[in-house]
Amino acid sequence: MSLLSVRDLKVGFGPRPEENQVVHGVSFDLEPGETLAIVGETGSGKSVTSMAVNRLVDFGGGRITGGSISYTRSDGASLDLAAAAESELEQIRGREIGMIFQEPMTSLNPVMTIGAQIEEIFRLQQGLTRAGAREAACKALERVRIPDAARRLSYAPHQLSGGMLQRVMIAIALASNPRILIADEPTTALDVTIQAQIMGLLAQMKRETGTGMIFITHDIGLVAGIADRVMVMQDGKVVEQGPLDKVLDNPRHPYTQHLLSAVPHFSDGKSVRGDKASPDRVLKVEDLSVRFPVRTGLFRKHTGNIHAVEGVSFELRAGETLGIVGESGSGKSTTARAILDLVKSTGGVTQVDRTQTGGTEKPVQMVFQNPNASLNPRLTVQSILAEPMTAAGRRIDEEAVTRMEMLLSRVGLPADSLTRYPHEFSGGQRQRVCIARALMLKPSVLVLDEAVSALDVSVQAKVLDLLIDLQREFGLAYLFVTHDMAVVERIAHRIAVVYAGRVVEIGDARELLANPRHRYTRQLIEAVPSLERRRAEYSIDSRAMPSLVRPIGFTPEVEAWLGAGEDHFYRQEA
Amino acid sequence: MSYPIKRLLVFPLVMLGVSVFVFIAIRLVPGDAITAMLGTESGLLTPAQRDALSAYFGLDQNWFIQFWRWFAGVLQGNFGISTTYGKPVMTIIWQHFPLTLELAILSMLIALSIGIPAGIYAAAHKDRPSDLILRIVAMFGQSTPSFVVGLLLIYLLSVGFGVLPEMGTFVPITEDPLANLAQMILPAITLGTAFAAAVIRMSRSTMLDILQEDYVRTARSKGMSRRRVIWRHALPNALIPVITLSGVEFGYLLGGAVLVEQIFALPGLGRTVLDAILQRDYALVQGSVLFIAFNFMIVNLLVDLAYAALDPRIRFETK
Repeated sequence: MSLLSVRDLKVGFGPRPEENQVVHGVSFDLEPGETLAIVGETGSGKSVTSMAVNRLVDFGGGRITGGSISYTRSDGASLDLAAAAESELEQIRGREIGMIFQEPMTSLNPVMTIGAQIEEIFRLQQGLTRAGAREAACKALERVRIPDAARRLSYAPHQLSGGMLQRVMIAIALASNPRILIADEPTTALDVTIQAQIMGLLAQMKRETGTGMIFITHDIGLVAGIADRVMVMQDGKVVEQGPLDKVLDNPRHPYTQHLLSAVPHFSDGKSVRGDKASPDRVLKVEDLSVRFPVRTGLFRKHTGNIHAVEGVSFELRAGETLGIVGESGSGKSTTARAILDLVKSTGGVTQVDRTQTGGTEKPVQMVFQNPNASLNPRLTVQSILAEPMTAAGRRIDEEAVTRMEMLLSRVGLPADSLTRYPHEFSGGQRQRVCIARALMLKPSVLVLDEAVSALDVSVQAKVLDLLIDLQREFGLAYLFVTHDMAVVERIAHRIAVVYAGRVVEIGDARELLANPRHRYTRQLIEAVPSLERRRAEYSIDSRAMPSLVRPIGFTPEVEAWLGAGEDHFYRQEA
Repeated sequence: MSYPIKRLLVFPLVMLGVSVFVFIAIRLVPGDAITAMLGTESGLLTPAQRDALSAYFGLDQNWFIQFWRWFAGVLQGNFGISTTYGKPVMTIIWQHFPLTLELAILSMLIALSIGIPAGIYAAAHKDRPSDLILRIVAMFGQSTPSFVVGLLLIYLLSVGFGVLPEMGTFVPITEDPLANLAQMILPAITLGTAFAAAVIRMSRSTMLDILQEDYVRTARSKGMSRRRVIWRHALPNALIPVITLSGVEFGYLLGGAVLVEQIFALPGLGRTVLDAILQRDYALVQGSVLFIAFNFMIVNLLVDLAYAALDPRIRFETK
């Protein structure tokens, strides 16, 4: 008998759940010690399915409208979770089914210490005393490899990083040795190197405890590293399920095939672009630095500086994409913003060479990460597109409207979009509006700050294709800031790797991805999940990025550049 | 430097601002102290007598000199002499303030002890009949002026039940706590109604938001009961905005006391201030308002400290 056997599960929302169904008859089994990956995009019903298992879906307004979830308890008795009473479910949750969530930053109570939040489950589920629970909590933290565990117990969540918090969540979920662990996109909010640590930890935990795991993700590349079986969902239905190798190597359903082929997967530089950029330079950045003052005390005395960006230099040619890659806090977004003067740079020169694109007073434009937040919901698309022109002091005349229509059709939006509002568009379409807006003033350089990161994977691929087309047509130069190695591989001609405020390696994309030289670049590339690396052993390296806070007057040491090829340089390491 | 000390350093500035404001405001009201003090008899004064009286109270000087004299006194702890009572302002304040403070604290206790549980109950029973009823009650409570509530309560008790609240001579709490409480309970309810209604609405809406938070979902995934999730995980977070509200509302309570003390004939500071304004008793008005402002600031400092005690994020940011 399976550990968990779900048959024809249907879940609906709202006052009439039968009519508003989002999961339409899902069936699967989970064996002890097995990992089942559920793959799908936003709205596929993958999270709802998993939260129906421990019935957390009830608290989000969901109702199970059909089917059964039969769970085999440790004494062999079978229980239908779909029909179980709340009091029974309270015995199951936390004790037999643990769960970890996508956002570790918001999944822990901000006003309680992490120690209290771990102790709680020991007291609740194992009836330990205060002292016993404290000791158990300390052991649980050690088990998820948090250094200095005893001291961390008294920390509040905001004092720990996202990766640390996710480990705390894992410690809580595994506290009572549950027989099933549900992991709902546990690494999506984390940096790649942190993701690799968490994946490594989950794999080890699974081996140590023999827990059956349901792993939900949108990233089919991540699945390869951990799953035994894969289930692909689309629009609330299972389109394909089977053993890992079978699904990845011989996908039967067109949607699975699409996920595997159309979606960017990292392949060590094998899928970089083949086209060449023009030799004309459009942007030159030399020795760019951004420092934010640190002020302390009553009189806000200036006591030091955060060296967010330090001595960054690069050039950009017409029709070329320079990918700026790094993790959160590395200074990659600050670099982009400093080029547009959105943050004040403290040193260095940014020089824009006006070129063939028609000469404009604002030759550098930007596209932001979250299209939902960067479009004013109260403006029509026409007003949104008019804004950069108004800001540049231009009149909105016949010609401007013609350009709006031309750009909308170029980014693939219907002609009647001008009179519509942002909420009438999907996420991918909104990002297309943002791109059209950035192109209104005929810029020569587009700065794209994580421009596809908030989009679903298959939409991501389409927007990337659009960007490449536009680049060829208008001879645009892109500064493409991202944390996603698979995305940067698809779009960049050249790549700069940023770590702790500095460029540590720069050069031709194929060269750099295939033969990374700097320690950090190698670490970054090793951490990227890929379809070819199945059941990989992720190493657990919990070294943190060095602090960027420096005393006033601190002159940073400049490591020498070493050459590794015609267009491939990296910093010497100490 | 620690946060409370920083806050204390701002106090003198605010006090100076309040002083200037009250000083000017009371003088913009037409009429003068001498006429107000002597009533019709002031018509009998010869100009010389009037000047002598003005000079005696220092009212013959221009506003700057008057302010300076008064403020210099305040800095030395001397708030001046009341023209109506002929006693030092501080003595009068200390006589009447305890009652107003008791009234404010009582109504705050009533408001919080009814408002928070009711708000949480409403949130936990969202859109069910009990929630709807509580919401309607809260809306009425917030939109009915306190004097209406007070008069209604008196009317209901006296006409409806024949029980007349004891309103003769006021009994201080130090003399007979029970008799004092019997006298104070109606005014406290009157004053606290609008506050309680605001607390219900605030705690209901924050509770609803918090019940959707990720960490509440985490708590549920641990297998906690509904009750435990609400009391242990959601409540501390929901209290934060309620505490902020309490600090602001405390100011309204002190202001509302003027009305309520009038209705229930309580000899509190609110009523004293009202009389002082009518009598153009400049020193007493200035002294009392300054004193009330000081108390308001102290309460809000306490609110901020309570805030820091509840929310570790605030505790560490102020380092």
